[in-house]
Amino acid sequence: MQQFVNVTLTGLISGSVYAAFALALVLIWRSTRIVNFAQGSMAAATSFIALALIQSGWSYWLALVVALVSGFVLGAVVERVVIRPVEGGPELNAVIVTLGLFIAFQALIAIVYGSSFESFPAPFGLRGFSIGDTTIALTPNSLYVLGAVVVTMVGLIALFRFTRVGLAMRASAFGQEVARLLGVRVGRMLTLGWALAAVVGSLSGLLIAGGGLVWPAYMDALIVFGFVAAVLGGLDSPVGAVVGGLSIGLALAYVSAYIDPALVNLAALVILMVVLLVRPGGLFASSTARRA
Amino acid sequence: MADQQQVPPGAGSTAAGAARGAAGGAAVAAPVLEVTDLSASYGPVRALDGVSLRAEAGRITAVLGANGAGKTTLLRTISGLVRSTGGRVHLMGEDITRAPVEAMVQKGMAHVPEGRGVIAELTVEENLRVGALFRGKVGREEFDRVYDLFPRIAERRDNHAHTLSGGERQMLVIGRALLARPRLLLLDEPSLGLAPRIVAQIFGLLRQLVDEEGLSVLLVEQNARSALSVADIGVVLNLGRVVVTDSARTLMADEELRHAYLGF
Repeated sequence: MQQFVNVTLTGLISGSVYAAFALALVLIWRSTRIVNFAQGSMAAATSFIALALIQSGWSYWLALVVALVSGFVLGAVVERVVIRPVEGGPELNAVIVTLGLFIAFQALIAIVYGSSFESFPAPFGLRGFSIGDTTIALTPNSLYVLGAVVVTMVGLIALFRFTRVGLAMRASAFGQEVARLLGVRVGRMLTLGWALAAVVGSLSGLLIAGGGLVWPAYMDALIVFGFVAAVLGGLDSPVGAVVGGLSIGLALAYVSAYIDPALVNLAALVILMVVLLVRPGGLFASSTARRA
Repeated sequence: MADQQQVPPGAGSTAAGAARGAAGGAAVAAPVLEVTDLSASYGPVRALDGVSLRAEAGRITAVLGANGAGKTTLLRTISGLVRSTGGRVHLMGEDITRAPVEAMVQKGMAHVPEGRGVIAELTVEENLRVGALFRGKVGREEFDRVYDLFPRIAERRDNHAHTLSGGERQMLVIGRALLARPRLLLLDEPSLGLAPRIVAQIFGLLRQLVDEEGLSVLLVEQNARSALSVADIGVVLNLGRVVVTDSARTLMADEELRHAYLGF
């Protein structure tokens, strides 16, 4: 029983990070119909910026802010400089470009920082809380991770639901031409969408790094899990991304604890295949609505 | 915003009141929109070949013609979605030929594209809000006015737009364009796929907006009979050229022309 509770907690916490990463993919997919495979290595790049600052004596929080701001700038620059020129061409072009960026950023990190393992500090304790004399798998740091993800989600929902910029972004995502005809600066909104997605992606990279090891390719596993989570949710739906992320987190935690930790990656792919076979549009597909 | 010509109320309410057009010599009013020798191509295909026309203030100008005559291209070139290869477009005296699409609505021109451009993922109310976005803060009463004009969409204001019927979608996109407070409304095939009763209702409302509020409309229609029944002036396009411009009443009476170009 105690093991089950601990496994569930672990699953939910890593699931919340997958959810954040999936959300970043969904933000870009819905506005530009591109799966941004570079999301992971862009996030890794900002994590390394944070790490460099922390190692030179900055506080974790200042480094976090700088990393998120550089994520914002990086997302905007990537959209403007690399993605914009290939937009409107065959869809595959943009995907290939993001794959190229993925490799380029990873190589860049290795060139600048070396490819050794570095430990990344956690802002809060990593020792589990105790109930009576049993220790559970919930640590102060995992509460921070959960809280950061929830705050980000709520912030994004509020942005899209209640602000004029949010409405302009949704209009640009779903009706580019109509939005332009109504005076919305669609290009600017798409750039902003990429920038916000890169911030959320960077945050998930920083959260997963805290208290662990980082190396240039440390986000690779998260790309796979986040992608599965996003597809599980239908790629179009932010709510789907969150539910998908938590489900993947839980499923992989159970597989790791009760079957074999070596099967985790395989399990993620099996889940992806089953979902695509049973519900090709994902669990929260809104694609029927789009056709109407 | 230059208000160059105020049309007296009711002046355009009958076809007789507008029985003069480009064919009748110099127009009294300065046009809201003046298109001069406009050309546009899709690759090697010339879609517009030196089109000249004007939309007068407080009038409904209907652009008619068969499928492929260049009607939709004309509107898309005027609003900048298609880049012109020659000619000029003036909106209330200002040259807007090379102005960006996003700027048109600010200059007083709202384009409702073909196929009822509702944004299906947004609610009815959100669709309307997109129309008013560029204006900043817009009072509740303006939304209520649109809902008064179209009670059917008022009932659905919190529903997603993909649940609306074809007629309701057309009402929504016209209402959304009105929230941009345009002087000139470009309407592309509003009757497409709608029941005659709904078409009559929407055209009647357009007439009312033009007569009572001084809106000007450039209407593109394949359904020439309905369009001429509401329009003041008709422009017939064929293969990217203007064949004839005259009052709606004269065009309606010209049996030969109707058979040749308008299909009724």
